[in-house]
Amino acid sequence: MGVAIPAPALRRTPSVPYRGHRFLRRAGFWIGLLVLLSPAVFVFLWMLSLSLKPDVENTAYPPIFIPRNPTLDNFREIFENSPFGRYAVNSLVVAVASTALSLALGVPAGYGIAKTKANGLAVFVLVSRMTPGLSYLIPWFILFRYLGLNNTLWALIITHLVIGLPITIWVMMGFFEDLHPELEEAALVDGAGIWAAFRDVALPLSRPGMVVAAILAFIFSWNNFIFAVVLAGQETRTLPVAVFNVLTFEQLAWGALAAAALVVTLPVLLLTVFVQRQIVVGMTAGGMKG
Amino acid sequence: MSTPAAAAVGGAIRARRRAGSSYRRRDKYLRFVLPALVVIGAVIVFPWVFTVFMSLHDWQVASPRVWVGLDNYANLAGDARFRAAVVRTFVYTLFAVALPVLFGVLAALMFHQEFPLRGFFRGVFILPMIATPVAISLVWAMMFHPQLGVLNFLLSRVGLPPSLWVYAPDTVIPSLVLVETWQWTPLVMLIVLGGLAAMPTEPLESARIDGAGGWRMFWDITLPLTLPFIMVAVVLRTIDALKAFDTIYAITQGGPGTASETVNIYLYLQAFNFFQIGRASAVVVVFFAVILACSFGMLYLRQRARWA
Repeated sequence: MGVAIPAPALRRTPSVPYRGHRFLRRAGFWIGLLVLLSPAVFVFLWMLSLSLKPDVENTAYPPIFIPRNPTLDNFREIFENSPFGRYAVNSLVVAVASTALSLALGVPAGYGIAKTKANGLAVFVLVSRMTPGLSYLIPWFILFRYLGLNNTLWALIITHLVIGLPITIWVMMGFFEDLHPELEEAALVDGAGIWAAFRDVALPLSRPGMVVAAILAFIFSWNNFIFAVVLAGQETRTLPVAVFNVLTFEQLAWGALAAAALVVTLPVLLLTVFVQRQIVVGMTAGGMKG
Repeated sequence: MSTPAAAAVGGAIRARRRAGSSYRRRDKYLRFVLPALVVIGAVIVFPWVFTVFMSLHDWQVASPRVWVGLDNYANLAGDARFRAAVVRTFVYTLFAVALPVLFGVLAALMFHQEFPLRGFFRGVFILPMIATPVAISLVWAMMFHPQLGVLNFLLSRVGLPPSLWVYAPDTVIPSLVLVETWQWTPLVMLIVLGGLAAMPTEPLESARIDGAGGWRMFWDITLPLTLPFIMVAVVLRTIDALKAFDTIYAITQGGPGTASETVNIYLYLQAFNFFQIGRASAVVVVFFAVILACSFGMLYLRQRARWA
């Protein structure tokens, strides 16, 4: 214990006789990683495989893993036989609009909460984040019917704020708390108002936080199913509802179903490829789903 | 008169006075929160209040509503279907928490090590939690198909008997837990990975010098130090598993029969298939109380873990 032996010397001694062991351990690690990743990889590749095969191959047993006659017919079918393009536009409009509104309202709110250390408000935001979406639906359904907003995209944009706004406030709060107050103090000393200090100092510095919040709000809005399934009409369906309806009406059209599923989920998967770091930050900070 | 130095001093005094009168300053900053509060009040608080109001009425959309006090709650307690749904939700939640936490901790330990292309592999690993749940659920539904599904083929390959998966009452809940585990293990992994990264290195170093083995070090040092993060993951998973709707509804809609009807599905069917608004609202109120308790647990743990 008391003797000061240089650590590297200690570490080298056991590693020489165990070189074989170390190789085994390496191999074990990579095999473990393979086992860990294979369920995720398998499901996505299987979805891709289904979407590229005609239904004769999709319903063959034993299953055909690599398409023998790869075709894009399934994709053509969903876009030609149903207004899938329109649903995609709906999804995009709802996700972009609700994300923009979430940022416009949530960024200043996060700033205000961080500055005043209003923990009561923070708890309130968290609780609204944790409440199941389903529990809002009955009052909304009645309210929107009263206001004549059912079957409009507005109903969806407003309701998706319930997902985007709390997560934006939560993420931004964390970012503004970490900001050095001296910077804004300097601006205030120079005679700038609170609003100017926010706009010219805090806001530009918190751009990374806004990117995180925007990405999360977009993903959760895009993926949302439960609000649209109740509140959307024939014309205002979003993609998750549309893909669900493909299943119920054509039970065994597996190729078309997989193609639809792929089209729905591809945008957010691609987003993950490009902004993985922000998603990881946001998921662990604001870390919960809608 | 006013030299630059004097102006600077004056500014500093003014700034201190402003900081001192924290009351007025606080009010000013609360103005930033106001617009968001108005929206939250309209979209979130109004539904909460309205739900409590509705839960005290017998209300079936088309017919006029009648005040019934706490009858809806009493009826719920006496409804065998609801009680079965509660038990089912409890079982589902237990496994949908335990399995992702177990695998998530294992995955975090692996991703905590240095290896080539770690960022890429981590990206692949988190894809299931980013993917649109309904879309993925439908792919699982196809994989679960007893005759043509790929899962039974894989089982036959490793010499196991085929399963009926979501098509039989006995296996439907385990199958849905499988999907949930597949989907949400990455979130647990990310949270625990954050905990491992924040862990001080000295205890591990000194243990290694003292000659402790890998297993001992994990059990005596790594696990206790990351436990707060694991607990956060457990609470988050509990809330999310209680809330689970998309996957269950997309794959089984509560079937076969009512074999996978959790409280959420029961609530949805009562409200939007049977239009029992009063009764469904009572379910929401009970459910909300449970989620609220979990949320406060989560907040308490978050402060203890000084996390995020």
